[in-house]
Amino acid sequence: MTTSPILEVRQVTKSFGAVDVLKGIDFEVIPGTVTALVGDNGAGKSTLIKGLAGIQPFDSGEVTFEGVKVNLNEPRDAADLGIEVVYQDLALCDNLDIVQNMFLGREVKRGIPLDEADMESRAGETLKSLSVRTVKSLRQKVSSLSGGQRQTVAIARAVLWNNKVVILDEPTAALGVAQTEQVLNLVRRLGEQGLGVVIISHNLQDVFEVADYIYVLYLGTMVVRLKREDTNPSEVVEYITGGKTNNAGSNGDLV
Amino acid sequence: MSSQSDIPAYLQAQNSTLKDTWATYLGRVRGGDMGPLPAVIGLIVLVILFSVLRPVFFTPLNFANFFTQAAVVAVLAMGIVFVLLLGEIDLSAGVTSGVAGSLLAVTMARNGLSWYVALALALVVGLLIGLFIGVLVAKVGIPSFVVTLALFLAFQGLVLVIIGEGGNVRVTDPVILAIENSNMPIWLGWTLYAVMVLGYLLAALNGRRRRLVRGFSGTPLSVILIKVAVIAVVGFATVWVLSLERSTNPEVNPLSGVPIIIPIIAVIALVFGFVLERTKFGRHVYAVGGNVEAARRAGIRIQQVRIAVFAICSTTAAFAGVVAASRAASVDPNAGRFIVLSAIAAAVIGGTSLFGGRGRIYDALIGAAVVAVIDNGMGLLGYSAGVKLMITGGVLMLAAGADALSRKRSTSTGR
Repeated sequence: MTTSPILEVRQVTKSFGAVDVLKGIDFEVIPGTVTALVGDNGAGKSTLIKGLAGIQPFDSGEVTFEGVKVNLNEPRDAADLGIEVVYQDLALCDNLDIVQNMFLGREVKRGIPLDEADMESRAGETLKSLSVRTVKSLRQKVSSLSGGQRQTVAIARAVLWNNKVVILDEPTAALGVAQTEQVLNLVRRLGEQGLGVVIISHNLQDVFEVADYIYVLYLGTMVVRLKREDTNPSEVVEYITGGKTNNAGSNGDLV
Repeated sequence: MSSQSDIPAYLQAQNSTLKDTWATYLGRVRGGDMGPLPAVIGLIVLVILFSVLRPVFFTPLNFANFFTQAAVVAVLAMGIVFVLLLGEIDLSAGVTSGVAGSLLAVTMARNGLSWYVALALALVVGLLIGLFIGVLVAKVGIPSFVVTLALFLAFQGLVLVIIGEGGNVRVTDPVILAIENSNMPIWLGWTLYAVMVLGYLLAALNGRRRRLVRGFSGTPLSVILIKVAVIAVVGFATVWVLSLERSTNPEVNPLSGVPIIIPIIAVIALVFGFVLERTKFGRHVYAVGGNVEAARRAGIRIQQVRIAVFAICSTTAAFAGVVAASRAASVDPNAGRFIVLSAIAAAVIGGTSLFGGRGRIYDALIGAAVVAVIDNGMGLLGYSAGVKLMITGGVLMLAAGADALSRKRSTSTGR
């Protein structure tokens, strides 16, 4: 079964001065699947993500969303389309509670005052729909949460807004084993709910646990797109380190 | 497994009993989030101490004096809370009040402006000063400490220029004088008291009902009733004492009733409290103070929030200057020079963090009460202004230390 991609990136480039960080990248996200983006430090993963988030617009190339060509010049453009990035350093306010964080910047009002009850019930429904069970109270300050719970809140925040594409930057980097498992479960559920999910990770074990497709970036070039069931971690490592290139003959698709 | 445990904990009833609420509160205090608790305890200890050492402290006349003494610091502190919530500071708030107060006095005395025009002028100048500070901090990027320190010096000069040679400018307008020097009729004091208690009760019940309709557990009735009872008793005692005859010479000069400044401060506190706790703007203030980067990524316009809090602070300071002018019935070239640290002390003693993101308007009032009680009590004990300043400085240091330690503690306990 193939569905057409919700997000398609064609031949995007980005340079910082004389350094070409992205040299004509192709990338696509299919709804209902989890796509992993891997590559060594400096391969261009973050730059690609920042371009999709509208934080650092691409120099050239084309981005289509639901088949329509779009411009991503500022964070609001991405947010309006329904592309949400969950950052590695989380971007939650410690001094606010879970509900307040989930609705930050998009508070629901009842006239002038905020509608706390409405926000609380919607936050609760969203967490429930993601089968989150570890949180004790929605009115807990985020500072009292564990790393995994914080990641959960950050992801739930992305879901709450009916986003169509959720991009997770190293969601398990700072987590213990059990918490990593919880977050990966959550990532899988996002896919099952029909969202296009992109996960950036250095941890190939995590990638192989959740991803349907694996893209490998090497020095600003998209080397290969692999289907998880057609590959294995050691092959991916070879692509990441440049020990294997697509021309050497692979069982993945040519990008 | 019962069906109850299939529902996630966060969707089950919470704090639905008095015991739960108390346990949650204790947990918060242990985690370092003490709120106004130290200030309330300090206030009670100070009142007992001064009453024992100097019985005149505990008289209706001094009680009424205390409110008019505390008023300027209290108003200023409420404005400063906004700036502190962003982790910024405004050292110029005191002299801004001086500029506004002297403008008010001079334009009324020399240019013959009526009180409402002069008052509006003073407030608008305060607003402009705040916008100016906000733009320098938010757009140019100068640290607020430096901007407001520079203005602290510059505005002392500006006050001199406005007042001109010759020292004091007298304030004679009866409306302006009434702010700090008149009392309400006794029936009005009781009426406002009843409105306040009933208003609080209805608001609390309404909030509870709205949550119950949604299927959430609201604040337990017992907790609401205890809070209302505390407010009712404290309010009753206050209004009752202030309604007693307190003049030293009742036949010639009878004196009773709630000072007008009390409802004025109450209204400012209610409005500011509503803005901070119930509106989108207030939420954004806390967010920017808690984590600027998170707020930015959430789409909050950081610079606008920054400029707005400085505008609110300086406008409030301008009103504090009007109150000060009313209290002294004149404005002198030193107007507002020493008051700002007392106001910052009041906010911090009340539990507002200097690191941003934590603090409430009502708690600043408790902090202001502590500062005013020290000032008043030590004055009655015959200490000089010098000693009072040193003690107030020491208390500010103590509060800032408690703030820093509680921050450390909350990082280590993860609360």
